[in-house]
Amino acid sequence: MSASVTAATAPRRPGTARRFLTNPQAVLSLLVLLVITGLVVFAPLATQHSSTASELSDAFGPPGGGHLLGFDSAGRDVWARLLYGGRNTLGGAVLAVAVALVVGVPAGLAAGYHGGWFDSLASWWVNLVMALPAMVVLLASRAVLGPSVWVLMVVLGVLVAPSFFRLVRGAVAGMRGEPYVDAARVFGLRDSRIIARHVLVVVRAPVIIQVALVAGMAIGLQAGLEFLGIGSGSLPTWGAMLNEAFTNVHRAPLLMLWPGLALGATSAALVLLASALRDVLEDRGTGPVAGRRARRSAAESTAAREDVGERAGLLSVRDLTVAYTLADGTSREVVSGVDLDVHRGEVLGLVGQSGSGKTQTAFSVLGLLPPGGRVSRGSVLLNGTEAVGASERHMRGLRGDTVAYVPQEPMSNLDPAFTVGDHLTEPLRTKLGLSRAQARERALELLRQVEIPDPARVMASHPHQISGGMAQRVLIAGAVSCDPDLLIADEPTTALDVTVQAEVLALLRRLQAQRGMGVLLVTHNLGVVADLCDRVAVMREGVIVEVGATADLLTDPRDPYTRELLDAVLDDAPARAPWRPREVGAL
Amino acid sequence: MTSFILRRAASGLLLLLVISALSYVLLSVPNADVGRQLLGPHASQELVDARNSDLGLDQPVAVRYLDWLSSALRGDLGTSWFTNADVAQAIANRLPVTLSLMVGVTVVTAAASFVLGVWAGVRRGAADRAVQVLGVVGYALPGFLVTLVIVLVFAVQLRWFPAIGYVPLSESFGGWLSTVTLPILSLSVAAVAGVSQQVRSSVIEVMGRDYVRTLRARGLSTSRVVFRHVLRNAATPALTVLGMQFVGLLGGAVLVEQIFGLPGIGAMTVQYTTRGDVPVIMGLVMMTVVVVIVINLLVDILVGWLNPRARTS
Repeated sequence: MSASVTAATAPRRPGTARRFLTNPQAVLSLLVLLVITGLVVFAPLATQHSSTASELSDAFGPPGGGHLLGFDSAGRDVWARLLYGGRNTLGGAVLAVAVALVVGVPAGLAAGYHGGWFDSLASWWVNLVMALPAMVVLLASRAVLGPSVWVLMVVLGVLVAPSFFRLVRGAVAGMRGEPYVDAARVFGLRDSRIIARHVLVVVRAPVIIQVALVAGMAIGLQAGLEFLGIGSGSLPTWGAMLNEAFTNVHRAPLLMLWPGLALGATSAALVLLASALRDVLEDRGTGPVAGRRARRSAAESTAAREDVGERAGLLSVRDLTVAYTLADGTSREVVSGVDLDVHRGEVLGLVGQSGSGKTQTAFSVLGLLPPGGRVSRGSVLLNGTEAVGASERHMRGLRGDTVAYVPQEPMSNLDPAFTVGDHLTEPLRTKLGLSRAQARERALELLRQVEIPDPARVMASHPHQISGGMAQRVLIAGAVSCDPDLLIADEPTTALDVTVQAEVLALLRRLQAQRGMGVLLVTHNLGVVADLCDRVAVMREGVIVEVGATADLLTDPRDPYTRELLDAVLDDAPARAPWRPREVGAL
Repeated sequence: MTSFILRRAASGLLLLLVISALSYVLLSVPNADVGRQLLGPHASQELVDARNSDLGLDQPVAVRYLDWLSSALRGDLGTSWFTNADVAQAIANRLPVTLSLMVGVTVVTAAASFVLGVWAGVRRGAADRAVQVLGVVGYALPGFLVTLVIVLVFAVQLRWFPAIGYVPLSESFGGWLSTVTLPILSLSVAAVAGVSQQVRSSVIEVMGRDYVRTLRARGLSTSRVVFRHVLRNAATPALTVLGMQFVGLLGGAVLVEQIFGLPGIGAMTVQYTTRGDVPVIMGLVMMTVVVVIVINLLVDILVGWLNPRARTS
């Protein structure tokens, strides 16, 4: 048991080191840091000169005679000052990070693991500290604690500790309820041991990244304080060197270059290392390839294969193939050679399990495949014009009044920032060019048509203020608002309560009959098919396995998969009356 | 919404009270002999004691704090120990300089970040990578180093702008603009780097939401969907980050005002904290906290206006 618990908690996959070493940004920035740290730590080996010995006759002297970078305004060796100053600058940053870790990590562990009063108190304190600008607090504490840069770095450590606290607290609180932690507790492991074994492993990666970021910030802030001349005074630091150089900028601008370069290189290396570490440790993929390539390959697509049968006037899909480009550059077909026809006024059901490619087929007809997806082959005729490879402008002209869309999940398909009225009137005004008042009148009428009581109130509501069933009615109203010829409904009732499902289906049936729309109804529910559809196409793993009139297909399925689907219906009986053949033309 | 604002304002006042007490007590710890500092080493002990007593330093800390608090509540922040200047008046004189900087930086940052972030998030590809590199570089370099480079290039080498000095807006707009352009530019670099990354990632996230596809399926143009719907939803997290940047600017202003010789709050902070002038430091800390609270409140109100769900929660 203990072994499996350990295995479950170890996020370090084999190859972390390899991923690190093959990441040029990570290797390069680490190299820069190592070189700088090495030079600073072994400063006596890199120079024989003193950082403080001053010979005024040498002031602003050029390099030479073992003085690598020449002399500063007080005749001190710049190279030596740079190396010894780095000790103070980097040392201060190390101190700040150490304090932040010592304060932030244990507090975060305790607050996240135990919660309770300590958590509330610590979180309140953290919010307070984070609300204050660090620079102002540092200056104020200097008044209290005196002008020692080391003391100020301890204060800075306390000020940035909240970033570690939040990180650790969040990670620990998130895993507190995980089964393997409970299991470890059941097995009698002490809290301290659970924290050490399981919790620390989880927060290791984000904490390492944060260390690099905080170190970079500490170096910048400390150098800023020194630059203002409110650090340790005579001690050489990069910030103090910049300050001295800045006052002589007109005489020897080059003196600013060296400490500036050291400071910039160190900070940049730390931040770049952090961002590379994030890629390596959190293993973020490159993500799907963007849409532009997809459009190009759609245009390149080979012509559809020999037309199969007569093509319907409203929607005719031939040999439709949809492929996705994966992160590793290969592509995967999710729809393969699909043929579909929807005639005017006809309801075609597209049935299949989730993942069978039904929704991808629907999105292809709309020209709205997600990023990374593309129509790699085939033809989609909408009202007789080709949609595959058509421009975005052409497709936009078709959407809304030729082909419309009712989505599956009502809540996530309404923009939470806009009212129901905005959702309905916006297409009416942009597509149909109605005035504000006309659009509002039309929207109210649409809401009445989808049987929403008190349309005026709903118009003024935001999506989070209405129920799921109501939201789906709003979406249906929006879909039919511009009088489309073809309605694509993607599982329009799946996300709804059973009683609401029946009402929404009845609504769809009535609107279809009134308006004579063609409908492509995507569903996995054969009960819905029986209720609404004239014909059915059964889809499996990207391929249509059977097409036929609803009555034939339901009573006499040919394909074994269709039979399987039919048998499955018995297990989850739809909330409606037994199926009767549909009377064509009846309401 | 109103009760939400009232609650936030109340918690802000509580924060103000806690920080004032904390700062006052901490600032009283060093217990330096202020009278001696003021009068010099040769003054007699009686004079020094009398001076300390004048300043109320012979009272216990708690009494001094309550004294301070009751006058502060009446708008009287006391007078400086070292210059006898009225603290509230001194801050009021210098605040416009710093505020004009911060407002300028916020406007520049908001505009540039939204343009860059939306461009990267919508176009992706090369534009996206360019903005990401910009973000890392802007974040990686210490702010005051960037400021020094800007001074060297634009003021010392090119001489396009003065390196130092300040002309009040009330005197001459052109003069004001020429003296604040470089400071604003300096402070904007890091802020743009941070905020544009946030805008970019929120735009990408919102672009992938279901309602964006549904809106496009209604026949709305991509630009309309982006500028009306995506931007509004992506603005919420971006505004929060912008607010945090604003708070950070109060710290950045310290360096920038010092480098450019601007007579603002930042320069004042440096000047008075090095001397340990407690009444002035208290005034500056209080002003900082008030600015932070007001900014957070403004962000909350804006977010509530943009995002109706935040109003109820």
